[in-house]
Amino acid sequence: MKLFEYEAKEIAQQYGLLVPRGIVASTTQEAKEAFQNLNQPSMIKAQVLVAGRGKAGGIKPASNPDEAFEVAKTLLSMTIKGEKVAKVLVEQKLAGKHERYLSIVVDRSSRCYTLLCSTEGGVDIEQIALQSPEKIVRHKIDPLIGLQPFESRLVARRLGYSGKQMNQLTSVISKLYEIMLDYDAELIESNPLIETENGELVAADLRILLDDNSLFRHQKFLERMKTFEPDMTDLEVKAREKDLAYVELDGDVGIIGNGAGLVMATLDMILDYKGKPANFCDVGGGASEERIASALEIVLANPRVKVLLINIMGGITRCDDVARAILDIQKKMGIAKPMVIRLVGTNEEEGQRILAAANIPSLNSMEEAAAKAVELIPKVK
Amino acid sequence: MAILIGKNTTALVQGITGSQGSYHTKLMLEYGTRIVAGVTPGKGGTEVHGVPVFDTVEEAMSRFNANASIIFVPAPSAKDAVLENIAAGFNPVVVITEGLPVKDEIQIMEVARLKGITIIGPNTPGIITPSECKLGIMPGHIFKQGKVGLVSRSGTLTYEIAASLTAAGLGQSTCLGVGGDPVVGLSFVDVLEMFRKDPGTESIAMIGEIGGNAEEMAAEYIKNTKYPKPIAAYVAGRAAPPGKRMGHAGAIIMGRSGTAETKIEALKDAGVNLALKPGEIAKLLKSC
Repeated sequence: MKLFEYEAKEIAQQYGLLVPRGIVASTTQEAKEAFQNLNQPSMIKAQVLVAGRGKAGGIKPASNPDEAFEVAKTLLSMTIKGEKVAKVLVEQKLAGKHERYLSIVVDRSSRCYTLLCSTEGGVDIEQIALQSPEKIVRHKIDPLIGLQPFESRLVARRLGYSGKQMNQLTSVISKLYEIMLDYDAELIESNPLIETENGELVAADLRILLDDNSLFRHQKFLERMKTFEPDMTDLEVKAREKDLAYVELDGDVGIIGNGAGLVMATLDMILDYKGKPANFCDVGGGASEERIASALEIVLANPRVKVLLINIMGGITRCDDVARAILDIQKKMGIAKPMVIRLVGTNEEEGQRILAAANIPSLNSMEEAAAKAVELIPKVK
Repeated sequence: MAILIGKNTTALVQGITGSQGSYHTKLMLEYGTRIVAGVTPGKGGTEVHGVPVFDTVEEAMSRFNANASIIFVPAPSAKDAVLENIAAGFNPVVVITEGLPVKDEIQIMEVARLKGITIIGPNTPGIITPSECKLGIMPGHIFKQGKVGLVSRSGTLTYEIAASLTAAGLGQSTCLGVGGDPVVGLSFVDVLEMFRKDPGTESIAMIGEIGGNAEEMAAEYIKNTKYPKPIAAYVAGRAAPPGKRMGHAGAIIMGRSGTAETKIEALKDAGVNLALKPGEIAKLLKSC
């Protein structure tokens, strides 16, 4: 779960990190008042969760209250990569001497948190990693003893810091690490971390990504995630309420399957047959009737879906149970769109017989099923 | 021969009284797995499918001997359960639980590493050495004893490919899922190294997916060791958009890293036979 910039900065402030003075606004009038409050040249930043808002025109300067009003008007009517801008952050414009980069990430292959720092901030860090990896200092954090101050000093020294500045950077790193652990974050990133004229380190931008799996320990965020998730579509939010893994795509073949890997493979196969998947939807290994029903309801609610492909590998779930469940739901929901079903595994003969009796084609291989689904597309009005 | 588990494995089930734990204990017993004891704090003294239940692992071990364990404990208590199993010295410890926080996983893996214990999972279907032992939730009947080692990041896709191997007359030495989470106990490299040393494994089926760089590291390892056994691989997720989690917590493309394309390229470059579809794995291994 991503936090908004303003939320991340509120947390940072509670931990004693320096951030630019800023005020959140949801209306043009609020933005104007925020500017008057700050009473200095400001940056107005669209609060969205999608990446790349800068390039999309979501960050603009303002030098007087009326300009702040106008800029806020533009930004608050924007939709950036599908996400409506509901709030802006009016923030003091900082004169930075240098822009640095600082982050803590989950290092999957080393199974630990890793600290990443660079003297080159404000730019795409992946680009730096590719072009001049020597400019990035990496430090793996011991999972049991955690990040010790001497390690932060080591990193600060390697970046060329000394004296008071070294101590200051050490303190910033320690605080970010504290937030990382307290909030169960999977990423915390300040890019840029600005070094001001008087030598202070200020987190000009701050991103915090929380670990969804940890939210049972963070009830406040768990509640928020359920009700409000601006970078997700309505159907994605609904699917999450039902505990289904669902991702909306822009094609027309609706897909339901059991198991993340199997569903991904089904999507890939649709591409191989020159079709376009409309979604990813995983009902989970077990594929119970209730979950299949929820999945059908959500996938079919997407108006782009013309054909539905169901791919179930019945392991411990019995295919005849799945077949009966599909028929039941089809009747109850009055599904009119053509369905292609691939149903194999335990009791597959019985499952396929039940479907055949209802005139629903069921196939043995994923290949055949994917090909059939794509073939049906032009025949659907 | 096989890796990690076999005829001599005796197991403890932690979380045996829950619906998943109890159901799969029954299926594992039916498969022939030697389950000697179960643990659920507060349910000591009861029985599940004839298996005695204890409050603590220590008590269970004072009466019975297990050398491996499997965990069905829900995510909020899973870290505690895994650490209790590591402390008891079980090896391997199979963690079926889905939804563990990354912070917990990082700590668990470090404690296991220091104790020299192999963790399979979390978020895994488990491990099976066909006809000998099953510590997992996979349907046993689709597997057959043989000489193909199978390692995967996915559950049902493993069943899909194992079933097609069996149908093609290719049995398996050991099949295991490393788990779908960002931080798991075994990497592809770890498992490939075990299969390399196992005289009972002649070829390998490897099933990867988007997210992380386990496949790229495997490719490098295969190149560096001039891997002596043929490998066929499938990588899922070519149709996945960046920044979206595809079911598994670990299946996510971050920025430019973790795409199926880079994984496929790296593996091809290392001389691995790439299957475009899951069904092709069996064909590729047959022609090796």
